Amino acid sequence: MAMKRPALEAKISNFLSPLVIAGAGGFLVVIALLPKIAEMIRTQLQSALSPTWASVVNIALGVGATVFLVAQLPIFLIWFERKVAAHVQDRLGPMRVGWHGVLQSFADGIKLLFKEDIIPEGADRPLFRIAPVLVIMGAFAAFAVVPWGHGLIISDLNIGLLYIVAITSLGAIGILMAGWASNNKYSLYGGMRSAAQLVAYEIPTALVILVVVIQVGSLSLQDVIASQSDGLWGENRWLLTRMYGLNLIAFVIFFICGLAETNRNPFDIPEAESELVAGFHTEYSGMRFAFFFLAEYGAMWLVAGVAAILFLGGWVGPYFSGPLVFFLKTLILVFVQMWLRWTLPRLRVDQLLALCWKYLIPITLAVLVTVAGLSVPPG
Amino acid sequence: MTTARVYKDLEPDSAYAFKPEDLEDDEMILNMGPQHPSTHGVLRIELKTDGEIVKDARPHIGYLHRNFEKHAENIDYQGVIPFTDRMDYVGSMANSLTYAVAVEKLMAIEVGERVKSLRVLVSELQRIASHLLAIGTYGLDIGAFTPFLHCFREREKILDLFEWLCGARLLYNYNWVGGVSHDLPEGWTDKARQFLGEFAPVIDELDDLLSLNKIFTNRTATVGIIPPDLAVAYALSGPNLRGSGIKWDVRREEPYCGYEKYDFEIPVGQGRYGPIGSCWDRYYVRVEEMRQSVRILHQALDKLPAEGDVHEKVPKRVKPNPGEAYARTETPRGELAFYIVSDGGLIPYRVKGRSPCFVAMSLFHEIARGEMIADIIAIIGSLDIVLGEIDR
Repeated sequence: MAMKRPALEAKISNFLSPLVIAGAGGFLVVIALLPKIAEMIRTQLQSALSPTWASVVNIALGVGATVFLVAQLPIFLIWFERKVAAHVQDRLGPMRVGWHGVLQSFADGIKLLFKEDIIPEGADRPLFRIAPVLVIMGAFAAFAVVPWGHGLIISDLNIGLLYIVAITSLGAIGILMAGWASNNKYSLYGGMRSAAQLVAYEIPTALVILVVVIQVGSLSLQDVIASQSDGLWGENRWLLTRMYGLNLIAFVIFFICGLAETNRNPFDIPEAESELVAGFHTEYSGMRFAFFFLAEYGAMWLVAGVAAILFLGGWVGPYFSGPLVFFLKTLILVFVQMWLRWTLPRLRVDQLLALCWKYLIPITLAVLVTVAGLSVPPG
Repeated sequence: MTTARVYKDLEPDSAYAFKPEDLEDDEMILNMGPQHPSTHGVLRIELKTDGEIVKDARPHIGYLHRNFEKHAENIDYQGVIPFTDRMDYVGSMANSLTYAVAVEKLMAIEVGERVKSLRVLVSELQRIASHLLAIGTYGLDIGAFTPFLHCFREREKILDLFEWLCGARLLYNYNWVGGVSHDLPEGWTDKARQFLGEFAPVIDELDDLLSLNKIFTNRTATVGIIPPDLAVAYALSGPNLRGSGIKWDVRREEPYCGYEKYDFEIPVGQGRYGPIGSCWDRYYVRVEEMRQSVRILHQALDKLPAEGDVHEKVPKRVKPNPGEAYARTETPRGELAFYIVSDGGLIPYRVKGRSPCFVAMSLFHEIARGEMIADIIAIIGSLDIVLGEIDR
């Protein structure tokens, strides 16, 4: 009888693995065809409903699609990260659950759902409950202004970049809240470190975004992409290669700050597992913990996506354009984040502050001033 | 009666622990351990912190106390060896070697050349395995996950060699009084040579990945400074002492197992990225020691006498004459010594272990004061303590 269980599990995983892989493939096809689908829905809506209702339903569908997409991404990214980590570390990673472990994230998700939800004694219960929601909100709400293609944006705010800078800071408040509410000294340290880190990396991030804004002349993400419409060569090429390398410096600084924003190595100071056990989420379990986890992967995708938009042309590709191009560019940047995480040691909290205040801010300021000077039209 | 009182005074929650009423306004007591990912076992450290700054630190030991010395007074001499294995459980070969050498000194047994070579072989392999663990987990302490697994991959190969040799992977019971438990299996030396060939480039790779990494040196090269005079005053030994720039190695100063015939260098801390005696210096002494161990192993494999019965000098009954003996060796963690008193019976009258980790831990509060919380982890890791040996 003991032999039957593995056979059943193998059957289930043999059945589910092709489904998941086919699902992922279908996902990519849908992403590639997204502009056509969206256009179709839009025309259908406009013919069926009054203009106001058409736009309301349109936005609602966009929100639904984006939330669905962003919520599914971590499932793939967690598997991807574990595979990247494993191969960096000379091992195989998840192999048992499905073909090359593709079902691992689903298994983990089910496990987290069924785990006991523990709120420690002496915790500040309302804050303890709100914190993970705030964290995941900060990470997901920013996607409202991230364009996936021509017209594929929930809301093309004219202050899109400002909105992103503002809303992503919400996550840090959530972390601070979680650290305080847990009634645990390690969590408190994690929360405090997160606050110190926020102050340090937000300023260079904002300044680097200004470098782009000066050149583009707009805060809207679609305008930023439109100014890079020529692809790799030409007058309106990617910002990365313009301005005699100054934009390259800006890109690197933005990426470093992005790492700090997502709390990942070498800046995983608030959770620093070897120092603070797990930092701010030490006391969280089950789905609440999963929220922090999802938010981290959402934030990774967001930072990589914004970097791709600001400096690599977003959905305007070198050979073909569309959501798939944006997806691939972001995925490459996410891979770099993972690669760095599994290679580098962690900075100490005062070293991060020194890095941001003593090096990144002055360099960014210098780049900003030079770019501003060069951007002034002659005469 | 006096002993009882001394023990009572050492109870953690009486006179020794920090008292909340002594704290100043911004201070907080942070308990690190005994369940903490980076205290390398079941160590509890009480930290008096002011924000991220550690104002004072007090280690509490004893969570892994297993009565080794009392056990040793109740079993025969050979029976003690498995207990010594469990002291420093990642350097078992070196512990049992020290004990065996001490008993042999007591009984005036001179082991054969092949046994000596075998003991050098296993203890140097054990040194590499132990240092790999120390280096890998140190990377983990500083936040780099990958070197840990690379180190464990290599350590696994050594454990495979040990398993082939004596059947065990962690606690070997290999060094017996008067000999070793098993002779080399056929083909073992070839495998060992193959391992050494594969291992040498890994150390250079480790340099690129971790040792010379800018973030890593910034984190470790300016913290946990042990000045040479402090190190000597506390009788520090092993890589921790050599990290402070003092050239002292029992293998050279007081050779055993024929170490005088091997050609090797004693690496000491150079202070390359900061003051001498920093965490990085101690760490890098271990890396360099692995290179030297590879050198010694090559020589030991070349010199290995072809013939010789490894059980030739094993006494049928270990019954030393009344007397006492003290023997010390250079284990991966420093100078381990056993002081054995015999009353002429079949069981030892007293076995006292001199633990290098205990000495390192007694120095800890001196260097922890004034550092940051993240540095506390760096300091514990750089001292490379094993709680099994501290508590015994």
